[in-house]
Amino acid sequence: MPQQKRPIRLLRNLNAKIAAVPMMLTATFVFAGGSLWTVLYSFTSSKLLPRFSFVGAEQYERLWAAPRWNVAVENLFIYGALSLIFQFVIGFLLAALLDQKIRFEDTFRTIFLYPFALSFVVTGLVWQWILNPDFGVQSVVRSLGWTNFEFNPLYDADIVIFGILIAALWQGTGLIMCLMLAGLRGIDEDIWKASRVDGIPTWKTYLFIVIPMMRPVFITTLVIIASGIVRVYDLVVAQTGGGPGIASEVPAKYVYDYMFHAQNLGQGFAASTMMLLSVAVVVVPWAYLEFGRRRHG
Amino acid sequence: MRYCSALAVLATSTFLATAGPAPATELEVTHWWTSGGEAAAVAEFAKAFDATGNHWVDGAIAGSGSTARPIMISRITGGDPMGATQFNHGRQAEELVQAGLMRDLTDLATKEKWTEVIRPKSLLDSCTLDGKIYCVPVNIHSWQWLWLSNKAFETAGVPIPKNWDEFVAAAPALEKAGIVPFAQGGQAWQVNNTFAVLMLAIGGKDLFQKVYGDKDDTVAAGPEVAKVFKAADDARRLSKSANVQEWNQATAMVINGKAGGQIMGDWAQGEFQLAGKVAGTDYTCLPGLGINPTLATGGDAFYFPLQKDEAKAKAQEVLASTLLDPKTQVAFNLKKGSVPVRGDVDLNAANDCMKKGIDILGKGDIVSWTDQLVSQDTQKQFEDLFSEFFATAMTTEDAQERFAKIVATAD
Repeated sequence: MPQQKRPIRLLRNLNAKIAAVPMMLTATFVFAGGSLWTVLYSFTSSKLLPRFSFVGAEQYERLWAAPRWNVAVENLFIYGALSLIFQFVIGFLLAALLDQKIRFEDTFRTIFLYPFALSFVVTGLVWQWILNPDFGVQSVVRSLGWTNFEFNPLYDADIVIFGILIAALWQGTGLIMCLMLAGLRGIDEDIWKASRVDGIPTWKTYLFIVIPMMRPVFITTLVIIASGIVRVYDLVVAQTGGGPGIASEVPAKYVYDYMFHAQNLGQGFAASTMMLLSVAVVVVPWAYLEFGRRRHG
Repeated sequence: MRYCSALAVLATSTFLATAGPAPATELEVTHWWTSGGEAAAVAEFAKAFDATGNHWVDGAIAGSGSTARPIMISRITGGDPMGATQFNHGRQAEELVQAGLMRDLTDLATKEKWTEVIRPKSLLDSCTLDGKIYCVPVNIHSWQWLWLSNKAFETAGVPIPKNWDEFVAAAPALEKAGIVPFAQGGQAWQVNNTFAVLMLAIGGKDLFQKVYGDKDDTVAAGPEVAKVFKAADDARRLSKSANVQEWNQATAMVINGKAGGQIMGDWAQGEFQLAGKVAGTDYTCLPGLGINPTLATGGDAFYFPLQKDEAKAKAQEVLASTLLDPKTQVAFNLKKGSVPVRGDVDLNAANDCMKKGIDILGKGDIVSWTDQLVSQDTQKQFEDLFSEFFATAMTTEDAQERFAKIVATAD
C-alpha cells in the first residue's frame, strides 16, 4: 500500500472554510471596501450623487467649523464617558448582588434584562413620556405636594444629554449585568473558599481577586458598550430629535442628516470618516495589546 | 340546455372583459401629504386618476418632507422607482434630473400647451432644465401668512392685530389671559421658514433677493438684516411656552384659541377648513404679515421617474395631464388651501383668504422662495442655525454673524 499523501493544509476543515467564504467576502468587500470608498469620497464635493471631483480637505474644514458638529462631538464624549462608567459600575454591582445566592434570582434577572428586549426607538418614546414635564415624573411629584419640584431634562438644553443617558442606562445595564454575572459564575468556587479561609473581607476578594480574574469578560463588555456609544442614533431621534435646538445632536445623526436631508454626501462622508477614525483610535491600540502580545509572549 | 346558457353567460362575460378598457395600470405615487386637510386634497387626485381607468396606489410617507425625501430619493437611485413622486419644485430633485433618472415631459407639455396655461411662469421654469420640462407643478403655496385666532384676541380683550408689530404689541394681553401668543412648531424646517418669512415681510422684496438670491454676505451682516433678527427674537420670546413640534399641532392651538397666531404656509388653511372654521369670522389671515403683501410662489410638483414598463410609462402621461386638468386643479386646491397653477379656472368657491392670495398673485407681487434659490445643503445649515437660535438664548448678534457666514458659502 502506497504511503498516504500528507493532507494539504489549505484543504483541512474544508467544510468550515467554504462556509466562511461568504462572510469573508462580505467583510472584505462590503465593510473594508465600503469604508475605503467612503474615505475616498469624503475628499470630493459629492452632493446628492457620488461624483469624483476632488476638493482636498475642504469638507473636513467645514465639518470642524460647524457648530452643530462640535456640539455633537462634545455630547458623544459626555454620553460616552458617563455611560461607560455607569454601565460598568451598575452592571457589576447588580451582578454581585444577584450572586449572593438570593431568592428569586431568576425573576430579578428577567426584570433587569427585560428593557434590553425593547428597541431603542421604543425606549426613547417611553422615556420621552416619563420625562415629559406635563405627564411624567415632574407632574407626579408635583401632584404629591411638592409644587416647586423641577425635573425637566428633555426641554433644557444644558442637561438634555443626561435625559438620554438615563434612558440608555435603563435599556443597556441589564445586558451588562448578565455578562458580569456569567463572569462571576465562571470564578471557581475554591477561590472563594480559599479567600474565606484566609480571612479576606468579601469586598476585597471582589476588588483584588475576582475582578482581575474577570478580565476577558470586562473586555467583551467594553467592546459591546463602546460600539453602542459610537453608533447612538435611534435613541436620540426617538427621544428628542436632536433638540431642543441642536443641544442633543450626536455624530451619527449629523452623518444621516447631511447625507440625505442636505443632499451633501461629501459632508456626510467626512463626518462618518471622523467617526471611523475615533473608533480606530480606541480599537487599534487595544487590538495591538491584546493580540500582538499573545503572539510574542 | 341549462349548461349551454351558463356557458354563454360565461363566454359573454369573458368577451366583455377583454373588450372593455385596457386593464387598469397601477401607478404608485409617493407624497408626504398626511395631515387631515392634505389627505382630503390628495384623495381628489386619486379619484380623478382612477376615473381614467388606471389605479392610483397611494404611497403616503408620514412625517414631513424632510423625512419623506430621503426615502423617495433612495428608492429612485436604488433602482426601484415609483410611478410618480412629489417634491417641492425647485432644487430638491435637481441632481436626480441631471443624472437622467427623471422622465422628460417636454412632448406632453408642448401638446397640452403648458407654457400658456401655467402661471406664474416661474413655476414651470423651476421644472425646466436645459430647455426640457421634468415636472408638473400642481399648486402654488406661499409661506408668508400670519394666521390669527379671533377667539384668542376676544378672550384677551384686544382688537385683532392688522400687522406683525400690532401682534407683538398685543402679546402681553394674550399672555395675561393664559394664551400662548405665538405658536411655533419646533421642527427645524418650520423655524427656518419663519425667519425667511420675517425677512421678506420686514426687510422687503429687495433685501430678500439680495440675501437669498444673490447670497450677498455683506448685506446679510448689515443693519437691515439686524432688524429681521430683532423680529425673530420677538418671535422666539412669544413662542417660549408653545412646546409643540408638528406644524398642525401648532395650527390646532390657533384653531382652538389656545394660541394667538402662527406663521405658516397657506396649507394651514386646509386645517382650518377641516375644523369647520370660516375665514374672517373665526380666523384672520395676514399675507406678508400685514406689512409687505408679497408672496413667494413655492409649491409642490410631481416628478415622474423613468420606467421600463411601457404600460406604466403610458399611465404616467395620463397622470400628468390629469393633475393639470382644470376640474382636478380646482377640486384639489380648494381642499389643500393652495392656489391652482392654471390661470383659466373658475374659483368662485375660493374663500376670503384664498382670494387675497389670488389677488396678490394677480398683481405680480411675487418672489421665488428659498427652496428655489438655495440648495438643500445651504437650507440645512440655516435650519441648524435657527433651530439652535429658537431653542436657546443665543444673542441676535451671534446669530447674525453665523447667518452671514452661511450666506457667504451658500450655493
